[in-house]
Amino acid sequence: MRSLADMGIRFYLILVLVFLYLPILVMALFAFNKSQLYGLPFEFDLVWFKALAENDRLLKAGLNSVLIALANTVIATSLGTMAAVAFGRYTFRGKTMMQALLFPPIAIPWLVIGTAMLVFFFWIGRAMGYPGIARGLHAILLGHVALSLPYVIFVVGARLNDYPKALEEAAATLGATPWQVFRRVSVPILAPGVVAAALFAFAVSFDQFVISYFLAPPGVTTLPVEIYTSIRKGFTPEINAISTIIILVSMGLMLIVARFYRFGGERSGNE
Amino acid sequence: MTPTTRTRWAILSLTGPAYLWLACTIFLPIAAMLALSFLDKSPLVPQPANFTLQNYETFFAKGFNWDLSTKGFYGDLTKWSILLGFWVTFFCLLIGYPAAYALAKRVKGRWREAIFLLIVLPFWSNALVRIFSWTMVLRPNGVMDLSVQALFPGAPPVDLLFTYPAIIIGLVHSYLPYMILTCYIALQAIDDSLIEAGRSLGASKITTFRRVVLPLSLPGIVSGAALIFVPVIGSFMEPRILGGTKGATLGMNIEEQFTVTANWPLGSALSFILLAIVLIIFGILYPFLRRQGGGA
Repeated sequence: MRSLADMGIRFYLILVLVFLYLPILVMALFAFNKSQLYGLPFEFDLVWFKALAENDRLLKAGLNSVLIALANTVIATSLGTMAAVAFGRYTFRGKTMMQALLFPPIAIPWLVIGTAMLVFFFWIGRAMGYPGIARGLHAILLGHVALSLPYVIFVVGARLNDYPKALEEAAATLGATPWQVFRRVSVPILAPGVVAAALFAFAVSFDQFVISYFLAPPGVTTLPVEIYTSIRKGFTPEINAISTIIILVSMGLMLIVARFYRFGGERSGNE
Repeated sequence: MTPTTRTRWAILSLTGPAYLWLACTIFLPIAAMLALSFLDKSPLVPQPANFTLQNYETFFAKGFNWDLSTKGFYGDLTKWSILLGFWVTFFCLLIGYPAAYALAKRVKGRWREAIFLLIVLPFWSNALVRIFSWTMVLRPNGVMDLSVQALFPGAPPVDLLFTYPAIIIGLVHSYLPYMILTCYIALQAIDDSLIEAGRSLGASKITTFRRVVLPLSLPGIVSGAALIFVPVIGSFMEPRILGGTKGATLGMNIEEQFTVTANWPLGSALSFILLAIVLIIFGILYPFLRRQGGGA
């Protein structure tokens, strides 16, 4: 009886997983199918990946996405880690308030944030005499960093919940220079959290569509924006090919994050 | 420098850059948009703009009527957006809660770890791509149509693409992991001895669930609902791809005001109405969310 119930439970969980993965698998399958009209039966062919390799628009959008994600990772991870260290190491007036301010960027719908940025950047641009600077890759980068910062501060902060200030002080008392304390004590403590946060920041930016959509001027796109435009104009399995690549990149990143998180958890368990 | 001044400088220089960035990209833009929602001309035109309430009037005047029989444009959009949020949250709970319960209480060890990872993995994969993938399943001659035909030969063709159910299916698929995650965290925190105590005191399985497990996992349900409801009522890409011309949402109309009709002041006013709805929802759910913070 018990094992029958357990089998039912496993069957249900597998059904949920099928629901989550089936459409993605179907989409990936069509990337390798020869028919342009998504026709069946399935006929294996790499023709759409070849077409993708010659599609300058999609490749350029892909390059933009990667460049923005990399710049976003560097900026958001450094600024966010600095703030997380301040929150972990010091108690000061207004700290709770500052931490509460990290929720609006997560809780406000992206649509509202994206359109608000467009309005604000446009006004700034007009005040400076260049309304054109409201949109572009720089504006998209500004927006992505803003969205990534709260996540970075939370992820790094989670590791610093009780910052081992005593270790730093002990090192200093034993004669370490401030640089040695930083290099030998602070950095090893921070490292796993920072790496996880960096991967997170990359994923946030690489997958971000809504903000980029409002801040992309005609002719300049990121990968998700280009895919959205293609889907609306009529598309070929080329979109499946690029989508498959994106899904693999994102899920690969997430698996690495999961590994780093476990690593972090083990360390704190031993302390 | 005295130690306190040094500390103050350290705090300021460590937190300053991040918060300056957030101010310039989140808080000032929101303020700018609030201002624009009270102006009569878009910043795209060179003439100076004047103060007006006309944008908000448009929303309420254009048939804002909760009576379903009348054709109120913005009223209908708002109603449908809220209804969409409700249905998506409902189905996520219906599918997600049992899955979270099974994971937290019935499955152990490696299985739990593997299934859990598989459920949160799509979380960070591209939302747009996942919505796009549903068009392959739902279209006529798509996977769903073909499987129905194979199982029940002669059944009428199944074409769900560009319908309301398609939008709901796609959104449930996008947000289900949130619900499973929050419910799982809440359910896992429940001490098994509480459930055993209820059982040994003579309560039936159903009573134990209703009186012990469900109330204790309520914070997880509520935070899951908040995480789903808010983005869904602001969604525009999902209804656009899976719903086509059907199922217009408030979010789709806001998008059009900025990209097609270029009526930025009206778009700003609509964005703020959307934000107000979000705040009301958080206001309603806040007491439950707080309780979770106190319990943890």
